[in-house]
Amino acid sequence: MGLMGRFTTIVKAKASKALDKAEDPRETLDYSYEKQLEMLQKVRRGVADVATSKKRLELQAAKLEQSVEKLDGQARMALQQNREDLARGALERKKGVQLQLQSIDQQREQLQTEQEKLIVAEQRMTAKVEAFRTRKETIKAQYTAAEAQTKIGEAVTGVSEEMADVGMAIERAENKTETMRARAGAIDELIESGALTDLTDGRDSIDRELEALTASSGVDAELAKMKAELGPGAPPADQLESGESKG
Amino acid sequence: MIVRILGEGQYRLDDEAFATADEIDDRVQAAAEAGDDAAFQAALTELVDAIQRLGAPLPVDDLEGSDAIVPGHGTTLDEARELLSSEGLIPN
Repeated sequence: MGLMGRFTTIVKAKASKALDKAEDPRETLDYSYEKQLEMLQKVRRGVADVATSKKRLELQAAKLEQSVEKLDGQARMALQQNREDLARGALERKKGVQLQLQSIDQQREQLQTEQEKLIVAEQRMTAKVEAFRTRKETIKAQYTAAEAQTKIGEAVTGVSEEMADVGMAIERAENKTETMRARAGAIDELIESGALTDLTDGRDSIDRELEALTASSGVDAELAKMKAELGPGAPPADQLESGESKG
Repeated sequence: MIVRILGEGQYRLDDEAFATADEIDDRVQAAAEAGDDAAFQAALTELVDAIQRLGAPLPVDDLEGSDAIVPGHGTTLDEARELLSSEGLIPN
């Protein structure tokens, strides 16, 4: 059997499972319709779930972007103060964060693809369910026991197959989001522990030195700014005060 | 013949077109048996493309069942195996 044959068998099996053999064939129609509506709900929930996972990845990416900027700034500062060793440490970390960012980006793209597939699946399913509803009413109105089985069979087959198809798409998307949730959880932990976003919590000596550098250069910058505001040769504070009251 | 591409809808193929698809399908199966993922994906892409090129899409609100079903674009060998083996060909 070719691959096509195998897939045909398995999807048909899944589709026929969606068919309940009811006493009155007309009940089969209603039962199938109920299942179809459930499947529509499921695929809509699937779309929402994927969107949530995507949003989470986007939030993580934003945090990591900040971390990249921060590390970049720290590397520059270290170089300005002739601390190439520290600059190297910061850049190494920046590289690591950038790799994480790349992987998040790929995951986001995958989720985007899954989301688009589910949206198309939902549209197709909606069209089939609506067609089925119309057909169902027609069959019920013209119901004769002799013809019922065939007509009902015909109506239900196509839509059941669609349900099996959509069901597989949902499963696939669920598996993907599941894997990504696990990865996202691991990254969240890294972010929370400060390993990715915060180099200034004194985890090791490079961190402490970078922090000290950041702090001291922050003070230097503020001093320079104040000096500039006060102008060259500014008088001491007490004289400045009395000078102001005079004029 | 009506062929469903999973996730991509149904197509109506005449006998000649279906024979072409069937030929490509043999190569997909051969690649699957050889465990060659690259060859599998290449052959599957060829198969799905041929179905879409040679077939006419069925309207979305058509309720006809399909005569044959194939996995969609981008399905890897692992994914195909998973889809096939998860239920072991027995309905769950």
